[in-house]
Amino acid sequence: MQPIVNQLGALTNDEIHRYGRHLIMPELGMDGQRRLKASSILLVGTGGLGSPLALYLAAAGVGRLGLVDYDIVEETNLQRQIIHGVSSIGKSKIESAAQRILDINPNVQIDKYEVPLTSENALEILEPYDVIIDGTDNFPTRYLVNDACVRLGKPNVYGSILRFEGQLSVFYAKEGPCYRCMFPEPPPPGLVPSCAEGGVLGVLPGTIGTMQATEAIKLITGIGDPMIGRMLLYDALEVSFTTIKVRKNPTCPVCGIPADQVELIDYEQFCGVPAHDHSPAAVAVNGLQNGADLPIPQITALELKQRLDSGEDLFVLDVRNPEEWEIVSLESTTARIPKPRLMLAAQEVQAGRIKLADTPLAEIPRDREIIVYCRSGARSSDVINTLRDLGYDPHKLVNMAGGILGWARNVDRSMPVY
Amino acid sequence: MPAIRIPTPLRAYTGNQAQISVHGATIGDALNDLTTQHPELRPHLFNGAELRSFVNIYIGEEDIRFLNGLETEIEEDDALRIIPSIAGGN
Repeated sequence: MQPIVNQLGALTNDEIHRYGRHLIMPELGMDGQRRLKASSILLVGTGGLGSPLALYLAAAGVGRLGLVDYDIVEETNLQRQIIHGVSSIGKSKIESAAQRILDINPNVQIDKYEVPLTSENALEILEPYDVIIDGTDNFPTRYLVNDACVRLGKPNVYGSILRFEGQLSVFYAKEGPCYRCMFPEPPPPGLVPSCAEGGVLGVLPGTIGTMQATEAIKLITGIGDPMIGRMLLYDALEVSFTTIKVRKNPTCPVCGIPADQVELIDYEQFCGVPAHDHSPAAVAVNGLQNGADLPIPQITALELKQRLDSGEDLFVLDVRNPEEWEIVSLESTTARIPKPRLMLAAQEVQAGRIKLADTPLAEIPRDREIIVYCRSGARSSDVINTLRDLGYDPHKLVNMAGGILGWARNVDRSMPVY
Repeated sequence: MPAIRIPTPLRAYTGNQAQISVHGATIGDALNDLTTQHPELRPHLFNGAELRSFVNIYIGEEDIRFLNGLETEIEEDDALRIIPSIAGGN
């Protein structure tokens, strides 16, 4: 393929010295390095995938890196987000990443977008960049990035990870299929866990993120065969790399129409989930979606402790996954139904394919107050919305705000947190 | 016997098995056999008799949507694969 970047940046003598191992390869050479210097890449997310991407792209000599993120660095990020360190905890991820990038290569220009990427700002933010790299963590933003890239005619270097598996592709509608050709619709909310729910091997974003960085460099310099029209599937447990074909769908609702007619939509509504995994917004979006104007009743860990201590008979429902039960649990737990199992049962009941009494939902009484908890309070809110949809009394379903983390913080500080 | 590879998000419904041997002359038969062996998997793949739109089934490196869908005939040594839609990156 032709290089995406046609300009050639000027290299100083110091830069020629720095990039020597690139320059002596005939495939890349001065020409390729000067294209990299003139190039601009937007990284959507500076987390798991974004960390190795930013580090390697900066080291490789990309002239300009745009970073989109509005999170702050937390200790639990450090298991995989290797651009951040202990000294950055509590700082914004963008500032933390920028500092590290400039330490690696002060020649890189950094543009910071410390905002959520939305349908309103996406075209403006993506427009100035040659290559867009999708390192987000949720379906709404993935569809948004795809549609905006199709509209603007830009390549989208896609990587996605969960547990021990990763996917890599380049979606570039000018030359091949887009993300929607492969995944026309998102899975229903709750069916596919996020990394926060399902877990991820900390090394996995390193594997996939570095391959995304490689694809970006190939696109910019025009070397090799980019992963357009193909998807790489990586299974870390088996150490298998499998390549499959991704075909352009001629009737794709996004890349099957003229690019200037592609409209950005409400992707949270399209996917039925919020564009991030922060619990307060999860509540708001789901509340809106169900048309429920009654906010979800909340109970703090301290209040729950007091009510349990006073001998109240409460039904305490843990919706975390079995692996999490083993890490830590509340002693007062009455029942355990993992959210994926519960959501699936609810879906089948709603579709009329199974009776509620024949599902794990039958364990949940309708005449008692139910305290629902998970790790942080996000999954339990989703579960409550689903139970409301099934006709459970919304006044009797109470979310434990802050989840078991809240309990560890405010009730029992000897508990491990994860 | 053809085998179907199960992606990690769905292994919770196959007793953690990654690869399952199936009987059948077509993809549809094979998936029916798979979901008979592991009934909890069925609602993840099918909505009634229809394959869910977000479920991608591949035979070798080819998407069955571009072959003959569920009617696609399969051979003894074919490798089938369910490609999950995943969004993790953080």
